[in-house]
Amino acid sequence: MSTGAPAADWRPSERELARRRTRSRQRRHRVVVASAATVVVIGVLGAALVLSPGWPRVRATFLDLHHARESLPSIVDGFWLNVRMFLIAEPLILVLGLALALLRQAQSAWLVPLRGLAVLYTDVVRGIPTLLLVFLFVFGMPALGLEGIPTSIFFWATVALVVSYSAYVAEVFRSGIESVHPSQLASAEALALSRAQTMRHVVVPQAVRRVVPPLLNDFVSLQKDTALVASVGLFDALFAAADYGNFNFNFTPYVVAALFFIAMTVPLARLCDVLARRLARRERAGGL
Amino acid sequence: MAPLLEVRNLRKTYARHDEPGRRVVLDDLSLSVSSGDVVCLIGSSGSGKSTLLRCLDLLEPIDDGVIEFRGREISDPAVDPRVVRRDIGMVFQAYNLFPHLSVLDNCTLAPRKVHGLSPAAAREKARDLLARFGLDEHVDKHPDRLSGGQQQRVALVRALCTDPALLLLDEITAALDPELVGEVLDIVRSLADAGTTMVLATHEMGFAREVASHVCFLDGGRIVEEGTPAQVLGTPEQARTREFLRRVLPQA
Ligand SMILES: Nc1ncnc2c1ncn2[C@@H]1O[C@H](COP(=O)(O)OP(=O)(O)O)[C@@H](O)[C@H]1O
Ligand SMILES: [Mg+2]
Repeated sequence: MSTGAPAADWRPSERELARRRTRSRQRRHRVVVASAATVVVIGVLGAALVLSPGWPRVRATFLDLHHARESLPSIVDGFWLNVRMFLIAEPLILVLGLALALLRQAQSAWLVPLRGLAVLYTDVVRGIPTLLLVFLFVFGMPALGLEGIPTSIFFWATVALVVSYSAYVAEVFRSGIESVHPSQLASAEALALSRAQTMRHVVVPQAVRRVVPPLLNDFVSLQKDTALVASVGLFDALFAAADYGNFNFNFTPYVVAALFFIAMTVPLARLCDVLARRLARRERAGGL
Repeated sequence: MAPLLEVRNLRKTYARHDEPGRRVVLDDLSLSVSSGDVVCLIGSSGSGKSTLLRCLDLLEPIDDGVIEFRGREISDPAVDPRVVRRDIGMVFQAYNLFPHLSVLDNCTLAPRKVHGLSPAAAREKARDLLARFGLDEHVDKHPDRLSGGQQQRVALVRALCTDPALLLLDEITAALDPELVGEVLDIVRSLADAGTTMVLATHEMGFAREVASHVCFLDGGRIVEEGTPAQVLGTPEQARTREFLRRVLPQA
């Protein structure tokens, strides 16, 4: 343990000051190079776009400010539906996905049939295109004519997304669980923790941390796939854009809708980066 | 002759995570290592031995001071750390072998990818060294299948395969069973006999006394006492050194 005393009267040496100057010169140099490279890349891409023969027509049909403003209110309304669907589906998917992953790891004898079902579920569901699942649930379930089953399209479209994505998310959780080193299991067992306690307190917390980036990937994908419900007639952002576009012969609303989806996914991605970095720093401090 | 490694007024601090300000881990530390020297760093846990070794390998940025290797300042920001590390080998307490590669591939990775050896030449050299240290039957195994002592011997061979001019060893026996310590120290001893220049942090006082040409006692990030093993371990002048030795040596 070092005492704090010498810290106060320490002054950087001449050599250190020179080194700091060199480092900040290197930093400036990197910034200049990075900025120049960025300007060149963006310039080339922009020029290629603007100078292309069809550019004036593209601008008129895809980037028309007037149509953007006109279509905005109905797209906002539609987008709210996408957001609601995402917010409802995501927690359910996480819970169901984790439950499926844990089932596949379960060792107790009476869970064995459920384990088989979990495997079957992921295999079958992952094989079906999400759009097809949406059709099957939205048109199929109400057609069964069962008493007391909801008939709302929104309900069944959300169920379809939950079913589809829980299969993907279960696999992500499973890979995380399997990546936890066996020595961790051994030391938990040595403390006489039960299998469930080991999972709950040792394995799953480590697994979840590791799978945050791929989970985020699935979140983003889900946010976009909420637009699949446009195909069964739900008035979401995409449907609103298509509705306006077809009526006014202008595609600008599609670009507006796309911007909404981007605006929702980018902050989430950055947030997850920050979380992952903070975790890594805390866990690896001083470790080598 | 100019020393192989020269450290002058080295200072290293870490940010405190609980409070503002920085914690000084190495404080105005100077050290000189000539070719063929075996320098042992001793001192209680947290005295800064590992940090010093990591700074020497440029794995940590330093706050002040100068590190010279082969007469050239390597703490200069314009120096590419990878060029320096080509000539320095480092072995860690926890072996840090690559679990997805076989023993042989662990040992040939750097010679092939960094030093430009042909795969055949790298393999031959690694096999030679592995055989010399009694590891010939494990060449094709993966590290997790080996005992701790074997893994640490592989880690030593991996560091040696690039013919380093300087070897940095950080408590390489601290994670081993007592009965396995010997087989690893035997290697270090034979390297010392062969004139390999080494800086090693160790808790094995008997070993330090036997192989060191020079012993440094670190306390609170400073070298409190240094000299020949007989001086520092036998007739220490500083009270803190005596206290430390009383704690780690069974009798005296
Ligand atoms: N990455 C780090 N961040 C903050 N403090 C560190 C870090 N690495 C080491 N330290 C601190 O530096 C001091 C010296 O550590 P170390 O060099 O590992 O000592 P030794 O190897 O002699 O046991 C310790 O107090 C330790 O807590
Ligand atoms: Mg250490």
